[in-house]
Amino acid sequence: MARARVLIRPKEGILDPQGKAVERALPALGFEGIEQVRVGRMVELEAEDPERLGELCEKLLANPLIEDYEIQPL
Amino acid sequence: MIWGVLQFPGSCDERDALRACELAGGEARLVWHESRDLDGIDAVVVPGGFSYGDYLRAGAIARFSPAMEAVAEMAAGAAPVLGICNGFQVLCEAGLLPGALLRNADLRFVCRQVELIDETGGRFSTPEGGKGTSRLSIPAKHGEGRYYAPEEALDALEANGQVAYRYAPGQNPNGSLRDVAGVTNEAGNVLGLMPHPEHAVDPLTGSTDGLRVFETLAAAGAPA
Repeated sequence: MARARVLIRPKEGILDPQGKAVERALPALGFEGIEQVRVGRMVELEAEDPERLGELCEKLLANPLIEDYEIQPL
Repeated sequence: MIWGVLQFPGSCDERDALRACELAGGEARLVWHESRDLDGIDAVVVPGGFSYGDYLRAGAIARFSPAMEAVAEMAAGAAPVLGICNGFQVLCEAGLLPGALLRNADLRFVCRQVELIDETGGRFSTPEGGKGTSRLSIPAKHGEGRYYAPEEALDALEANGQVAYRYAPGQNPNGSLRDVAGVTNEAGNVLGLMPHPEHAVDPLTGSTDGLRVFETLAAAGAPA
């Protein structure tokens, strides 16, 4: 089995209210100078056939209309 | 006219949808998500709720259920299909409707009455007989209702008359692009909207405007 990690993030240009909320909370905690926070998802899995992971991402793990994904072999 | 109302683990508005279908003058039955059998059913409602716990993305897992495969076939055959709230999300994830529903812009779950404008000039708000207006007052309750499609796709939807409902000016509860509250597929037989017509069918709850949505679809889908 091949281990892999899939990172899924909101596409560039799509409003990410979670990222904005995190960004706005930071100054109150003393973290200045943090910008462009984007919140996504991470999925770890083991695959018999890693060749099919792209298809899996397109069909289920990500919605290609609104999200980008990146497959990282582990 | 026989309606099928899908039921997924986590659906919660299917009972109100059944009642709305019956009040609109039809017979309605529940269809469990594992059933592929929609024989004898003329129109389908994919109801609201939190199918499969909204895991991954709202509607992402429900779209793979056997019942949804049967719904896709019915939709291709021009039968009326109505997706409400989570049902709208499921239809978008399934590719039966264009676009996607994102987290509300202010991250808050909204639950309130909203005013909708039927952009089709009455196609989805005025049953045969022509009573009523093209404005509907029905409740919205969702956390992920911000309609999104790329700009050029939105232009195409507007040009094709596929924007079925818009929130009235100043009433957009979720940051939806161009105030879109509901859209249809290109053929016009699949309709999805975030607010809940099935919760506005009885004078007891303040508005019966939702009933018109069901009556209009019933009129469109009644066997000749």
